Amino acid sequence: MTSARPFLPCSEVIAFLADYLANELAEEIRAEFQRHLVVCPSCIAYLRSYEQTIRMAKLAAIDTSEIDDAPEDLINAILEARMKE
Amino acid sequence: MDISTQTRSEGSEARLLERLRGGDSRAFETLVRTHTPILLRVARRFMRSEEDARDAVQDAFVSMFKALGGFESNARLSTWLHRILINACLMKLRTRRRHPEEDIEEYLPRFRDDGHQLESSVPWAESAETILELRELSNLVQRSIDQLPDTYRVVLLLRDIEELTTEEAAQILGVTPNAVKIRLHRGRQALRTLLDPHIRSVE
Repeated sequence: MTSARPFLPCSEVIAFLADYLANELAEEIRAEFQRHLVVCPSCIAYLRSYEQTIRMAKLAAIDTSEIDDAPEDLINAILEARMKE
Repeated sequence: MDISTQTRSEGSEARLLERLRGGDSRAFETLVRTHTPILLRVARRFMRSEEDARDAVQDAFVSMFKALGGFESNARLSTWLHRILINACLMKLRTRRRHPEEDIEEYLPRFRDDGHQLESSVPWAESAETILELRELSNLVQRSIDQLPDTYRVVLLLRDIEELTTEEAAQILGVTPNAVKIRLHRGRQALRTLLDPHIRSVE
């Protein structure tokens, strides 16, 4: 008779999240991590929204990429600062 | 960029570098005009005021000019300038950090004694990124990132936005790679908490 192995608690799964996504977890812990996800919709929801957070942060940075011309007063200040050096 | 374009670009950069080292003022002006717009955009992400962002860009060019002799030609000028600017921003942030750091704990998930999440996480709409107007999403995310304490905000910017590696971020901040990993994870978790009520409501 084999005793049922306990699942990792949510707290550990969430602590390992970044390492899991970076593929830096040891194979054994990764397997335990995935075993937990199968039975825990809350951690799946957390994992997906964590991934979305990273994507949104990148997306938001790209969105502001309409690059305006540099302000002329700043250009002049930089050129003057260089002359003083 | 195809190889021939890249080679041409590297060739023109090498010529520009040669002129810069020779003290050519026009070359310096070309460099400043070419790179200031993108550097200012990066500085605005780090600094909380326009004045500080502009000062950081100016400081970066002055530092660059002083360090020109030590620049290794096998690196890209733009990459080098990007790193110098980030250093200038971090220096400025250090001098600005006068008030105690806001606690991040309130933005982190909480757990019951048995390790289960205290409040179940609710899925976000998969299409949240497309439902929200890009401009609206951008404003929401940037406002939320600005709410993070600097210790975590800076690491999140360096790793997830400026795309430095863990080791590069650790080196620039003078902390261990493990500290970078911990701060990044906590920063992302806090950002997720701040976005959560907005993205749930999009469903």
